[in-house]
Amino acid sequence: MAGRWTAVGLRIAQSVPVVLGVVVISFLLTRALPGDPAVQFAGAAATPESIEQVRASLGLDKPLLQQFLIYCGDLLQGDLGQSVSTGRPVAEELASRLPASLELTLTALILSCAIAIPLGVLAATRPGSWVDQLCRLLVTAGVSLPTFFTGIVLIYVFYYLLGIAPSPLGRLDFIYLEPDPVTGFFLVDSALMGDWETWLGTLKQLILPAITLALFTLAPIARMTRAAMLAALSADYIRTARAAGLGRGKVLYGYAFRNALLPVVTTLGMVFSFVLGANVLVEKVFAWPGIGSYAVEALVVSDYAAVQGFVLCMALLFVLLNLAIDLAYSVIDPRFGTEAK
Amino acid sequence: MTQTRRTFLKTGAALMGALPFARALPAAAATDTLVVVSGQTINSLDLHRTGTNRASYQIAVNCYDRLVTFGAKEAPGGGLSYDYSTIEPELAESWTISEDGLTLTFTLKDATFQDGSKVTAHDVKWSFDRAVTVGGFPTTQMQAGGLVRPDQFEAVDDRTFVVKLDKPSKLSLPDLAVPVPFIINSALAKSHATEADPWAMEYLHQNTIGSGAYTVSRWTPGQQVVYERFDGWAGGPAPKVKRIILREVPSAATQRALVERGDVQVAFDIPDKDASELADSLTVFSTPIENCIHALCLNTNFAPFTDPEVRKAIACVVPYEDIFRAAAYERGAPLWGGEAGITDTAWPRKFPYVTDLEKAKAHMAASGYAEGFDVTLSISTDLATWMEPAALLIQEAVGKIGINATVEKIPGANWRTACLVEKRLAMHLENFGGWLNTPDYYFFWAYQKGHLFNSSNYYNEEVEQLTSETLHMPMDDPEYAPKIARMFEIAIEDLPRIPLYQPALNVAMNGADGYEFWFHRQLDVRTLGAAES
Repeated sequence: MAGRWTAVGLRIAQSVPVVLGVVVISFLLTRALPGDPAVQFAGAAATPESIEQVRASLGLDKPLLQQFLIYCGDLLQGDLGQSVSTGRPVAEELASRLPASLELTLTALILSCAIAIPLGVLAATRPGSWVDQLCRLLVTAGVSLPTFFTGIVLIYVFYYLLGIAPSPLGRLDFIYLEPDPVTGFFLVDSALMGDWETWLGTLKQLILPAITLALFTLAPIARMTRAAMLAALSADYIRTARAAGLGRGKVLYGYAFRNALLPVVTTLGMVFSFVLGANVLVEKVFAWPGIGSYAVEALVVSDYAAVQGFVLCMALLFVLLNLAIDLAYSVIDPRFGTEAK
Repeated sequence: MTQTRRTFLKTGAALMGALPFARALPAAAATDTLVVVSGQTINSLDLHRTGTNRASYQIAVNCYDRLVTFGAKEAPGGGLSYDYSTIEPELAESWTISEDGLTLTFTLKDATFQDGSKVTAHDVKWSFDRAVTVGGFPTTQMQAGGLVRPDQFEAVDDRTFVVKLDKPSKLSLPDLAVPVPFIINSALAKSHATEADPWAMEYLHQNTIGSGAYTVSRWTPGQQVVYERFDGWAGGPAPKVKRIILREVPSAATQRALVERGDVQVAFDIPDKDASELADSLTVFSTPIENCIHALCLNTNFAPFTDPEVRKAIACVVPYEDIFRAAAYERGAPLWGGEAGITDTAWPRKFPYVTDLEKAKAHMAASGYAEGFDVTLSISTDLATWMEPAALLIQEAVGKIGINATVEKIPGANWRTACLVEKRLAMHLENFGGWLNTPDYYFFWAYQKGHLFNSSNYYNEEVEQLTSETLHMPMDDPEYAPKIARMFEIAIEDLPRIPLYQPALNVAMNGADGYEFWFHRQLDVRTLGAAES
């Protein structure tokens, strides 16, 4: 047990230089962007004077080093700065948008795991059967259909033609009020309030975008489960277990699946981090107020504080995610913690 | 009480029944609520703040009043349009302009702010001072009307407000009707001002404290704005709709699905393609944007374009009709094939060029570049919907006269810097539109040296002089029309900007009416109503 906590402590310590590096690089990268925020924010009818006024009010007339020191000073006080384009503190903005993205991504991942993992296991235990073919078909379709296309098709069929899906208007239709924020996850918050009407409304809004994303993330998870299961099932210890006369369920789930889970969890972590940044298109189609569209809009107008805040937030999230995956390893694989330094 | 299955079901049903009423917005009845979708995001409730985007100007329009406003007239694309030529009262009951045109005296209506306090001339003074002091866009826009310093504004008594001008200008009064000089509840604003923030920028960023027809009751940045009617509005006829919900939907396909299904009543600023396809089934307004031109600009600082024959050759080879069809889906107004003589001061106007390959070849042959040249044609990725098809058609067409154009896409953030500030793009597309609807105002921004939208680096001494002379001259001055005609002649001859077409602002409606087009290209919700269906 102590070994595990040392390993966890080491992992956290290792992430400190990563975060510091991200702070420096995100600062430099945003300054290296070609656009000039002063020009952007001076508005439609700008004169050279008004552009200079805006530059001074944004603090961009100061030397780069001084800007960086001011930024670091603010960061130490937990202040990510003020986004010029939305006019709100970046921290506040991220706090309201990150849960929206996380809720969508997590729902999609749970959905896709619920389909992909059993499908992968079945495909591996019956290679060449119809389940295997179905798995192959779903995987190919999932990878080859871009998310914005799937999203629009789903809206077209379920909202426009059939009229069973609610209006694709973001997290909640306008007839509901947002639940009081506790976690920022509408499903959790409305459940906490006992407001099942809003809960249902949230769920309805969530279904289509979640399916869109799930279709996209299904492929790597199902492929990985199938491959890992196949490898595990042909391993020596399975042959031994079978020879020892263990039951089929015990062999399949107790030994083969548990060993196959390691690469699946790794893939899951990668898919999660990838999707969190990449679901911009789904967010646009479903008017989802997520973090991806926020970052893209900030980039387009060279909104430095917002871009830096986003990069930093993602870096922290990845550090946490990696930690969580490592912890999951230690649960799955007893060897963890004794070897890891 | 013992808990039986029956009582459990009963209480459960009662609870479930009560919930939607408890949590849903109380009056979501369709008749007094309209839902509008738009792809634009509102990033501030205060137009004067640095960084406030164009979409947010509508807050100033709908929630605040100005002294005066424009009247309405029939618009060319159907529906109504604001009318630049008539100025009507909004907060001012009446006004007089002194003989020398230097003093404007306004008498205020007996109006109240949304918090119940009276609107006084001191509020007007404070608001105008703010607009000319905070810098950036509002200050620049005020300067266009000759409103530069706080000492030009005086509150004589509670109901009399005086503006003193340095020189008479026809732009001053119309400039008071643009969204910028909106009138703020100064007492309330001052109570939220601090030493570091004397103009209460922080408070107004989040709150609307005007006397306008609507107040913003909820603002979730990136998602929605909810307008609630203010019943004590004195600025105009009472609006019909009690609550208007503006939802932000970035995807044009989603916007279209929503308005076609009738779940939203208005889709604002939709792409030309959707507008032309929806026109058969829904009410679609495509109003040509006044004083706005999509143009092909030839930078006069770059070698081949210094040659007027080359510029004429290009003007003769541009496939105007194909561009209008492919880039604009025929929404808007054509700006080619006009009469040669100039008899009026209409602007934007049709230039007397048509696609004529033989003529273009003749001009090319007469130029110093008969064997052709290579050039980069730059476009912005943000405006790719119209720029990309237009650029590809131009690329193909100029190839026929030996000009080898390469299309270069510049990311949105960099576009303004490269195109307008550094003015370093040789051949590019541009789309300036002036708020104040006079040709001289357009020339001021787009044809005068060093001004932001003169991305062609055009310089002509006569145009400089004519523009400066006409800018503040009354339009009924006998000298005005001949001078403007001369400016047109030079622009048509010199061609630093080749007009392609006048773009349109498209609005689709399903279950709403009362749409009016405004030069600021934002939705004025005050005139909207629910359509009988």
